[in-house]
Amino acid sequence: MTKILIKGGRVIDPANNIDGAFDVLIENDKIAAVSKAGQIKDSDCQIIDASGQVVTPGFIDLHTHLRDPGFEYKETIQTGTASAVAGGFTTLCCMANTDPVNDSFSVTDYIVRKALQEGHCRVHPIGAITKGLKGEELAPIGELKEAGCVAISDDGLTVQNAQLMRLAMDYAKSFDLPVSTHSIEANLCKTGHMNESLVSTKLGIPGVPNAAEDIIIARDIMLAELTGAHLHVGHLSTREGINLVRSAKSKGLKVTCEVTPHHFTLTDESLMGYDTNFKMCPPLRSAADVQAIKDAFKEGGVIDAIATDHAPHGIIDKEVEFDQAAFGIIGFETALPLSLRLVEEGYLDLSTMVRLLTESPAKTFSLAGGHLGAGAPADVTVFDPKEEWVLERDQVVSKSKNSPFLGKTLVGKVKKTIVNGVIRYGDAS
Amino acid sequence: MGSSGLNQKDILGIEDLERSDIELILQTARQFEEVNKRAIKKVPTLRGKTVINLFFENSTRTRTSFEIAGKRLSADVINISASGSSLSKGESLLDMAKNIEAMNPDIIVCRHSSAGASHILSRYLKASVINAGDGAHEHPSQALLDLMTVLKHRGSVEGLNVAIVGDISHSRVARSNIYCLQKMGASVSVVGPASMMPRDIAKLGVKVHHRLNEGLKEADIVMMLRIQRERIVQSPFPSLREYARHYGINHENINALKKDVLIMHPGPVNRGVEIDPEIADGPYSVILDQVTNGVSVRMALLYLLSGANSLSL
Repeated sequence: MTKILIKGGRVIDPANNIDGAFDVLIENDKIAAVSKAGQIKDSDCQIIDASGQVVTPGFIDLHTHLRDPGFEYKETIQTGTASAVAGGFTTLCCMANTDPVNDSFSVTDYIVRKALQEGHCRVHPIGAITKGLKGEELAPIGELKEAGCVAISDDGLTVQNAQLMRLAMDYAKSFDLPVSTHSIEANLCKTGHMNESLVSTKLGIPGVPNAAEDIIIARDIMLAELTGAHLHVGHLSTREGINLVRSAKSKGLKVTCEVTPHHFTLTDESLMGYDTNFKMCPPLRSAADVQAIKDAFKEGGVIDAIATDHAPHGIIDKEVEFDQAAFGIIGFETALPLSLRLVEEGYLDLSTMVRLLTESPAKTFSLAGGHLGAGAPADVTVFDPKEEWVLERDQVVSKSKNSPFLGKTLVGKVKKTIVNGVIRYGDAS
Repeated sequence: MGSSGLNQKDILGIEDLERSDIELILQTARQFEEVNKRAIKKVPTLRGKTVINLFFENSTRTRTSFEIAGKRLSADVINISASGSSLSKGESLLDMAKNIEAMNPDIIVCRHSSAGASHILSRYLKASVINAGDGAHEHPSQALLDLMTVLKHRGSVEGLNVAIVGDISHSRVARSNIYCLQKMGASVSVVGPASMMPRDIAKLGVKVHHRLNEGLKEADIVMMLRIQRERIVQSPFPSLREYARHYGINHENINALKKDVLIMHPGPVNRGVEIDPEIADGPYSVILDQVTNGVSVRMALLYLLSGANSLSL
């Protein structure tokens, strides 16, 4: 039997109301015990000294792009999961916009198998809502679930046809699958490449108004009410979107949402200078939107998860004219320090931040893990909340380097990531 | 960087310039004006310098103006028309720029349909970059030649009311002129239907009018923008006829304007749309003066960025 004892750290396990000086014992691939510091005998264990560090359930990311199959020059399952564990993530859900699109048993199966063979963490595919992400007819949603999909989404290619979306929700409900959305009204954002604001006016870049996102969030909430399906609003970025989700929840609808670290950290002002590493969809919004999201974190209960929308792109996608550049940034390796800023600024306490990266996303997509209860999967993240470091391009683990935080000093660093009882990131001592 | 006092490697937009920079450019342009009237219109100022006109978007007037400006200064001017984009051959803007850089040019004049294209070039190139129009962002040499034209007629723009009429959303000319005129002390208003106004335009310090008569009542200078049908994805107005009726200058509404109003247009004019055909040629119009001044202004820009030591007039 392999035993690992993580000693001396501050253990935060929100699901079990634990926050304090505890030791965590892992036996093989399961959590065996979490006990008051010093109570577990360490005679036959591999010891991890977590003094001065925080020990939490492994982070869970509901929204990522691994680009495999089809765009292996951007990322592969191997490199993407290596980046994930470097960011403290032990479980991730990957979107269906691969080539071929994940709209069939065989593509889901390929991802699941490849992740088992060469992945560093748990990978749960998200299947397409419509065949080929074309928004025309339903993908085989039941079959996708059988193959291992945990949700369905057409992500960036929002289903525009409300009737088709209604059918998708009805159908997904029958298979207990959440419907994850990227809320963009296509006509309103057809030519848009950034948030519509004074900044877009100055830069001369066509904008995407908040309304393009809000209209679809409102529509999908109404369809969730009509169908009773579980709607998960992906990477919400607007203040009105926050209000819509809050009001849906107060009605008791099965609506959840996630926010990305970049949307609560950066505003559209960052685009002055035309750096395409700040180009993403939804776009970076105004300071008022960022503030509304931060306030919602403080309020609690509105936002269910912090998700990265890790979206690797190569230089041929990004080092081009702004309006021709691809949308999206890599996110795994910066998620923790950016989330810790919310703690530093007083919008979250550390335990709630951990909950939004672990227990809460696990519940949202009904995934195993997210807590350190006895018998839980041995997925553990150890991080130093105070360590300062600089994100250097050549130290980025992801195959792609498209981060707006390159060269920036960040506070908070993952020290060890344990997946299924195996140390996948950080040295063994 | 020029020894001339212009504290810039590139001219990417008027927004980045100080009023003193603008004054220096115009003062220099005035000096070149005389060269353009000579029988032999050539000075040796930029002999041995290489200027590349890198035009990714169709242009006759601006490209010709820069070419003439360069040639009258004795620079070697090379025109590259990569219409559409070099992407059509699978080469990226950056690869193309790096290849050109490898041939050691001194100044690159870039016109591109993407806002920020000149910024990308300037970030990677040692050569100076002049933005000759990037998407709906800026067209600095146009604003400078417009300013020169106004100054020649009025001496100063301080306190003048300037109305810019048309599709402000899609107009780089409007943005450059707003910055330029405001820096020089003019009061600027923009006129057009709300569907042609970019978000939060009033925050740039301009007055916004949706009715032509209200917008033009106080105007000393009227700048009509070209309706660029080719750039617009979904038309923000119902028809050219309706646009002309509500936002065009014609024989009736011109009588309500100030007696000494100047009417300007960056060209090419859609006659009968923005301006009644006869008014475009009429006494208020300074449209061809704008074109003439364009050459002097562009000579000034090339000279000031070239690092040449003396005007050598």
